[in-house]
Amino acid sequence: MSSKRQVHLAAHFPGVNNTTIWSDDRAESQIAFSSFEHFARNAERGFFDFLFLAEGLRLREQKGRIHDLDVVGRPNTLAVLAALAGVTEHIGLVGTLQTTFNEPVELAKQLATLDHLTDGRAGWNVVTSSDAFHGANFRRGGFLDHADRYTRADEFIALSRELWDSWQADAVVADTATGGALADGVFADRSRIHDVDHHGPQFDVTGTFPVPRSPQRHPVIVQAGDSDEGRDLAAANAEVIFSLHTEFDDAQAFYRDVTDRLERVGRSKDELQILPGATFVIGSSAEDAEERSNAIRRAQVSPATAIAFLEQVWNRDLSSYDVDGPLPTIEPDHEGAAISRGRARHTRDVPALVQSWRDLAEAEHLSIRDLVIRASTRGGFVGTASHIAAEIDRYVQERATDGFVVVPHTNPYGLDEFVDTVVPLLQERGVYRQSYDEGATLRQTLDLPGTIRDRSAAARTAAAAGPARAAASAGVLA
Amino acid sequence: MPDRITLVTALQGAGWHPAAWRVAGPVAQRLSSLRHWRDVVVEQDRLGIEAVTIEDSFTAGPTAADHDLDTTTVVGRLDALLVANAVAPATRAVGLVPTVSVTHTEPFHVAMGLQTLDHVSLGRAGWRIQVSPTTREAALFGRRPGGDDAATLFDEAREAAEVVSRLWDSWDDDAIIRDVTTGRFIDRDRIHNAEYAGRHLSVHGASIVPRSPQGRPPVFALAHRADAAAFAVDAADVVLVTPGYDGREARDLLDEVRQIEQTAGSDVRRPVLADLAVLIGSSTAAAADELAALDGAAGSAYAGASDTSVLATTVPELVSLIGDLRGLGFAGVRLRPLRIPFDSTAIARQLVPALVTAGLRADVASRPTADLRTRLGIAPAVSRYASTPAGSVSVEVSA
Repeated sequence: MSSKRQVHLAAHFPGVNNTTIWSDDRAESQIAFSSFEHFARNAERGFFDFLFLAEGLRLREQKGRIHDLDVVGRPNTLAVLAALAGVTEHIGLVGTLQTTFNEPVELAKQLATLDHLTDGRAGWNVVTSSDAFHGANFRRGGFLDHADRYTRADEFIALSRELWDSWQADAVVADTATGGALADGVFADRSRIHDVDHHGPQFDVTGTFPVPRSPQRHPVIVQAGDSDEGRDLAAANAEVIFSLHTEFDDAQAFYRDVTDRLERVGRSKDELQILPGATFVIGSSAEDAEERSNAIRRAQVSPATAIAFLEQVWNRDLSSYDVDGPLPTIEPDHEGAAISRGRARHTRDVPALVQSWRDLAEAEHLSIRDLVIRASTRGGFVGTASHIAAEIDRYVQERATDGFVVVPHTNPYGLDEFVDTVVPLLQERGVYRQSYDEGATLRQTLDLPGTIRDRSAAARTAAAAGPARAAASAGVLA
Repeated sequence: MPDRITLVTALQGAGWHPAAWRVAGPVAQRLSSLRHWRDVVVEQDRLGIEAVTIEDSFTAGPTAADHDLDTTTVVGRLDALLVANAVAPATRAVGLVPTVSVTHTEPFHVAMGLQTLDHVSLGRAGWRIQVSPTTREAALFGRRPGGDDAATLFDEAREAAEVVSRLWDSWDDDAIIRDVTTGRFIDRDRIHNAEYAGRHLSVHGASIVPRSPQGRPPVFALAHRADAAAFAVDAADVVLVTPGYDGREARDLLDEVRQIEQTAGSDVRRPVLADLAVLIGSSTAAAADELAALDGAAGSAYAGASDTSVLATTVPELVSLIGDLRGLGFAGVRLRPLRIPFDSTAIARQLVPALVTAGLRADVASRPTADLRTRLGIAPAVSRYASTPAGSVSVEVSA
């Protein structure tokens, strides 16, 4: 057995931004279940740790209208993951779910259900938002101050853990081994089901959680926020970080930063895996891969997309500009309301960004479209399969990452080539599994500690004392 | 063309009788597993049942006399919407109708979840709309005191049903155009914001889910009281009534629904299903003995606690009863098996063939594949945003 660090891979279902090339001849429906089924089965064929789904709770807008240049529309995250539970056996199923526009008891019930339905393969990418744009689709509206969103997320997670811990593993008794006769006794032992009585700044929740303890007890918690608060939330709660840091030095710095933050809260790096999202372009030679990458970038940045991208930065209507011509000389609009809504802002320092683009465009004679292609290219791997496998291995051995979230360009076949060509090379290198462990939970597949620290031991002792629970119940039912 | 009798099976835990788990054998230990739900639903699917409903609530289970959770019966449950999605890939024809409450759940999530079920099942989704009246459920959310009167809850639920319906219509069938020439994935003129602002709820945007195969999955509502019947006519496509509850007879309940439809000015005659709790035995006496044994184990007669008739019966008796209901104008029945899998199996494997023999149903093999609306005899859902072609009156006909 090799002593090399093992690579962990996750598969990102192609999303609703311009990374996903819908104009490709083989691109299929982003909503048909057959696409999800193919993608999931293929990721499972490649022994990926988990499949990852993003979420957005309002269609993106540009200049006051629905943004129409990228893939638009996707399924409800939990519902489609539940359906995938029915067609997969080993792969983890991780969904992005809001703490702002959900209620703890409901989301905890759904995630516990997913964990039951998958026999312990559920994961939750915790995200927060606070804006009125998304809030307009919910009865509670956009009510959170920006500063409160992580406060709410923290308490949401803590409360969810209380709910998931509230049924002991042995609560369901149901002794039916009575040989045909009516079984005696109780279905469940009431003393092993602990009512939750939570009162915090964000939530007041009292009562019995509806779902028996699930195989993993808690779904695997994933976090993707990169801000200071986001990293602290991850250090305190997460078991996987889905990061953006793919350049080697930057990735190593991030890895060290997170390791330090974990130590400050008394956790070890072994309790968390860091997986940056990355794209992979595989070619038969380095030149071939480079050519394919260029073609992909041009397909991702159509003329209309190039203008829309600039508009997001300039915050102006630039539809009259020629994408094959030079950058606009007009200055960005700092005053007006954002013309792009429903997506993360690209930058806060717009003047500096615009100046750097103008310098680059002038030095290299770039048109608008060329510039956008350059400017919107994020870290990714381009090369032969063996080059890519070697790079993944190097990142992991040298602790820049623990693996990657693979973000394909096309739906649903975008992962197939990676599975066919890169995965076998990782296996040959002795850094990637040859099979799943039978019956493994997602937490086990991720090589995370199998036991969850019992964070609500104090609450449980109090609840088990009896009078406290009776008093709480009486109060509710009075 | 729907079957002459619509058969729906109501799934819940180990069955509807509080002591049902005591005869379930090892199944009682795996009520929270996908395997259990798949086994039960696949059997209904293969034998041609129109739809299964799946109960849900935010409570862990019923309460006993001391107001605490009654653990002599099944407690703990899974989310019905997710169970329906999880069994969808393993089934081919059966409608999947989860209960989703609207009292605490955001209508936006309700709409997306059911649209997704409709996509996953290729047009077999339905929705049993429900309100959550208990203070126990309200306390688990902690956002409202609970104890709202029924009128308020139904009023809010009407708004929720309207919002969900608008969200379901928000994408036209042909909104996705994939026009490579202009770089546009969608025609945004074919996506419509819900723009709903009511007394209880407001939702601005369009659904994030493209229009589903049925457009609007059929909505089921239980009308066990007059105010619930009025709500059902306002909000639902299929009405479930409970003969025998509160001394009401099947004929009166059907008349009541038709009366409400007329008063509401609705020209749609909704399919009305009689909700019946059934234990199916080899003889009437055997069925009665089995029910008595269950009642004995539970400590009280289930008939006293149920909100509908509880029948200890046989297949021939049920065929006869269903024929009578058909004669009154019922579209069919929703059967609540007292014991799962015993009685759910009997419904699928014995009752269905007997109804075929009696001429009340087409044989499963001769039934065309269809979406759930079609199987229930409900007209296709035309979007509220569907436009009639402009200038269609002045077409010249060439000779």
